Amino acid sequence: MIEVRNLQKSFGANKILDGVSFRIENGESVAIIGRSGGGKSVLLKHLVGLLQPDSGEVLVDGENIGPLNERQLLRVRKKFGMVFQGAALFDSMTVAENVGFAFRNHQHLTAGEIANRVAAALEMVDLPGTENRKPAELSGGMRKRVGLARAIIYEPQIVLYDEPTTGLDPIVSDSIDKLMIRVRDHLKVTSIVVTHDMRSARRVANRVMMLHEKKLYASAAPEEFFASPDPVVRQFVDGVADAKECLF
Amino acid sequence: MNFSVHQRVRHVLSELGQIAFLMKDIFQSVFTLKITWRDLLYQIYSIGVKSQSVVLVTGAFTGMVLGAQTYFQFHKVKMDTATLAVVSVSLCDELGPVLTALMVAGRVGASIAAEIGTMRVTEQIDALRTLATHPVDYLVVPRIVAAQIALPLLAAEAIVVGICSSYLVCVHILGIEPVYLWENMLKYTHDVDIVIGLVKAFIFGGIIALIGCYKGLTCGLGAEGVGHATTEAVVYSSITILVTNFFLTLVMGKLVGLL
Repeated sequence: MIEVRNLQKSFGANKILDGVSFRIENGESVAIIGRSGGGKSVLLKHLVGLLQPDSGEVLVDGENIGPLNERQLLRVRKKFGMVFQGAALFDSMTVAENVGFAFRNHQHLTAGEIANRVAAALEMVDLPGTENRKPAELSGGMRKRVGLARAIIYEPQIVLYDEPTTGLDPIVSDSIDKLMIRVRDHLKVTSIVVTHDMRSARRVANRVMMLHEKKLYASAAPEEFFASPDPVVRQFVDGVADAKECLF
Repeated sequence: MNFSVHQRVRHVLSELGQIAFLMKDIFQSVFTLKITWRDLLYQIYSIGVKSQSVVLVTGAFTGMVLGAQTYFQFHKVKMDTATLAVVSVSLCDELGPVLTALMVAGRVGASIAAEIGTMRVTEQIDALRTLATHPVDYLVVPRIVAAQIALPLLAAEAIVVGICSSYLVCVHILGIEPVYLWENMLKYTHDVDIVIGLVKAFIFGGIIALIGCYKGLTCGLGAEGVGHATTEAVVYSSITILVTNFFLTLVMGKLVGLL
């Protein structure tokens, strides 16, 4: 369970989040949508302790992670897997070394056992046999899938996705959506997806939250959210720019 | 003007504070033995083995030019056979560790800052943290320990090559009597000179890796940020090495005098 209470964050004079509060139950799948630069990725990074709030609390399974130092946070982060917008694969390593990274210091697993788990994770993301390739040899979609394999190999309780379909063609985006649904259903994880892709949000989430003007503006089940008559929600869902923005 | 000086002082103090926190994390990591031997060996190879060619060339030509210059002055007062002794003591105490450290700062300090800086701007360091790995354990400590192991070895190599090159120049080009040349070198070069050089190299190794890692971990975003971090890593390491060398010379000179 993740709970965010009155979260506030600024970078210099630029306020990004101003009193955001919500709660995500175990096993839920939540899509966070909102305009570019609206603080979605910043919010996601607070959930895993990559950023510290200026004020407010982030509770993971009831524990406030705000006061924890970097070493104490390592214990909390074992509950999380995260897929980054640019995949963030370690470019000096092979795919197998990337995916098996979480096990590199585990004394109780043999090299053979790690290789088997890497192969199983790559199988799950439809990339079998790519163990010896380097990230630079992979396409954008393949890199995202390797990032997903790396995030789920140690079976975390919560998987965070930061714009998983951005920059991908519709067919690859569809495959990533299906993977997220497969991971959600097979591993019974809590999924939190930051996205601009309305189709993806509709398919993957069982709750959609919208950030608008530094606050949580709306939160509802997908059917209810996408049928909302609210003008701000409608403008974002339908992708309609303001008249003044059309000039540019 | 006052405002910019004030800001500059605040910036420097803030950087020193961040380096102090980084050092605290490094000590915590080293003393809880969170080091991975495989990473350490790779870094020793990367910092030590790959720096050998540049250090050998530096040591050889410094020794040769120092031998020739010393001879030109000593020849006027008929002290030709003391040439190699001067070369040896200079290389052991000062030139060996300092020039080795400056060359390694250029090659390795820049590379550490660029590698870690690129990892930072491409979110690879955030990825490490989400994989429950402390960046200091994985990125910083192996580099610092490796640099502190590699630098004394590289400095020793530069000193030996410098003395041998100087010997060859003195004997075969300048025509100095080899037996007296060698005997005088042994007579005036003491164990303590070698120890001073190696201790300095050990400290310089830590400085190069610490500044390189710090600049990488705190670099600005984008290619420009990585470029700045790389340049600053080399400049700050080089200046810190030269300043530290002066104080180390005073402190160790005092210690040796007391002994």
